[in-house]
Amino acid sequence: MATPDLLAFANAIASGTIRVIDLTQTLSPEFPTIVLPPEFGQCAPFRSEEVSRYDARGPAWYWNNFTVGEHTGTHFDAPIHWVSGKDLPDNAVDTIPPQKFIAPAAVLDCSAEAASNPDFILTIEFVERWEAQHGQIAPGSWVLLRTDWSKKSYADYAGLREDGAHTPGPSPEVVKWLVEARDVHGFGTETIGTDAGQAHHFNPPYPAHFYMHGKGRYGLQCLTRLDQLPPKGAIIFAAPLKIQQGSGSPLRVLALVAT
Amino acid sequence: MSTPLVRPKRKNPLARTRLPLLPQGARSRTALGLTAAAAEGRFALQVCGDCAHILYPPRDVCPRCLSARLTFGDVDPYGRLVAETTIRVSTDPYFRERMPWRVGIVRLDAGPVIVAHLHGDTIEGERVKLVLKLDKSGSAVMFALPAQETPHMQADPHLREMTCDPHYRRVLISDGRNAVGQAMTKAFSEAGASIVFVGVADPWKPFPGMAELSKIERVEIVALDVTDTESVTELAAQNGGRIDIIVNTGEHVRPGGIIARGNLSIARDEMDIRYFGMLRLAQAFGPALRFRGADGANSATAFVNLLSVHALMNWPAYGAHSAAEAACLSASQCMRAELRPGGVRVLNAFFGPLETEWFQTVPPPKLAPAALAKAVVAALKDGNEDIFVGDIAWDIRERLKANPKALERELGSQ
Repeated sequence: MATPDLLAFANAIASGTIRVIDLTQTLSPEFPTIVLPPEFGQCAPFRSEEVSRYDARGPAWYWNNFTVGEHTGTHFDAPIHWVSGKDLPDNAVDTIPPQKFIAPAAVLDCSAEAASNPDFILTIEFVERWEAQHGQIAPGSWVLLRTDWSKKSYADYAGLREDGAHTPGPSPEVVKWLVEARDVHGFGTETIGTDAGQAHHFNPPYPAHFYMHGKGRYGLQCLTRLDQLPPKGAIIFAAPLKIQQGSGSPLRVLALVAT
Repeated sequence: MSTPLVRPKRKNPLARTRLPLLPQGARSRTALGLTAAAAEGRFALQVCGDCAHILYPPRDVCPRCLSARLTFGDVDPYGRLVAETTIRVSTDPYFRERMPWRVGIVRLDAGPVIVAHLHGDTIEGERVKLVLKLDKSGSAVMFALPAQETPHMQADPHLREMTCDPHYRRVLISDGRNAVGQAMTKAFSEAGASIVFVGVADPWKPFPGMAELSKIERVEIVALDVTDTESVTELAAQNGGRIDIIVNTGEHVRPGGIIARGNLSIARDEMDIRYFGMLRLAQAFGPALRFRGADGANSATAFVNLLSVHALMNWPAYGAHSAAEAACLSASQCMRAELRPGGVRVLNAFFGPLETEWFQTVPPPKLAPAALAKAVVAALKDGNEDIFVGDIAWDIRERLKANPKALERELGSQ
């Protein structure tokens, strides 16, 4: 095999032949975070304290100290995040091999279904219909669920009602099947979590976390601009912060798309 | 009767804001005994421990028997206004702006003869009730009210100068998501506040009482999260110049001691919401409050802290929470010193367990949020600085005074 021409790759990015699409939400104090029962510890929302801004606190420089949870904003889930993945090798953000941070994506467009049903559940049948059109999901691919959820108001985005959150996500069967029959790289969503809002009632609860992380796969959530990606062919660059034994981290997620 | 308070005219936005001036506020250490009583809305004078003589002004020895055993005790506040006069000219910068000013001599039934500020409805020769008020400098002064309530009594301009009445003032309730914030909103609206701004954090997260909150009269919901510096600063930039009373209702009650919890995440939230939340509000709104201390009839007037009475003595069942409350109490003392130059008061309301979700397993008596709100409004109308609301708060106060070590042990074995 010939040596890949990395310079040509860089030139293609510079010239725009390869488009770089930012799939990241801005880290801001207002962006919703996952809500757990109040007796549990909560994920810290993003907060920033100005240290100085060219003033008496620091005359020539502007900088902030920020605080954030590992699962705040657009973030990466490592296998160690879930109990099913706790004993796997290389399961934390600092030990995952770096080549895992670049992978192709299959983008499943469920935006029409989710628009009429916030509790839309991705099934094996849905994925098979998608594959009939676009071909089988290649091993090592991110499966990204496009729901257009990122376009909603924060209240609709969180979808909180009397009986908890109502947001789309995958069925237990489809997650297990994606891991075992399609050997996917991980699962990514636009919603606050990789699982459906009502996934607490599934068997097992939170299947995307349980099966993906149990088999050493990854998660991405709070993605945006998935509507700009082709069903197949995009390359995802998603490298979390190198936090010692980190269970995840906010990160910049970029998609490379050939034009 | 007093002239009813009319809604203050809108301020000319081009007019200069007059700077706050303070009346002379120096008091001897002994005389601060009066300030302690005034802060709680009590009427106390020195009583001789040997001859039971009641004396005024405060002294270090009894003028009748030369005993040094003088302690402040609550005494009968009623008497007669024996002489009155109206001062029309003064060299004192504070009083010059407030002329004419009535003062008089009151002979208390209990004995002492006292020079006092006069309510407009007091009549020479008639019965009066003396009260101790904190003036704009924060020092105790004698104030004579008519013995019987008169119409619109609270609207008297001299009295309004010594109190923090929310009537026609603009109030900020920092957190409307919880039961206390909602009760405060209702109470301040009913007390005639001209606007009640109510902070709501995370508007995407529904909360109980959400629909009812916006229906309260003269309520304006504003985005405010006391854990987010940017959010607090932004609201202060927009509305800081027209907020006269701030009630910090941010709360984070979680049971548990310190060792048992095993990590700091809850403690951090407690400190972030309570202590740092208070500091954020103080830093963002404090400068405007202090600047606007004499800004007409609806001048900036008070910052209200709602404190667990266990700020005064730790209750290990809610031990880490008590510690965060103690931090807030300490900060409130600093804030008082910093706001005093503006004539702005810091009211601390101490209370025991509330009738709310996070005290679910605590047996009664528990304080209803509405009762707390009512007490806070009453304390502002009265011009208090420290109030104890409910049986538990009073019980802790008394036990702390009697024997702090006993209280520590008893709370530790509850």
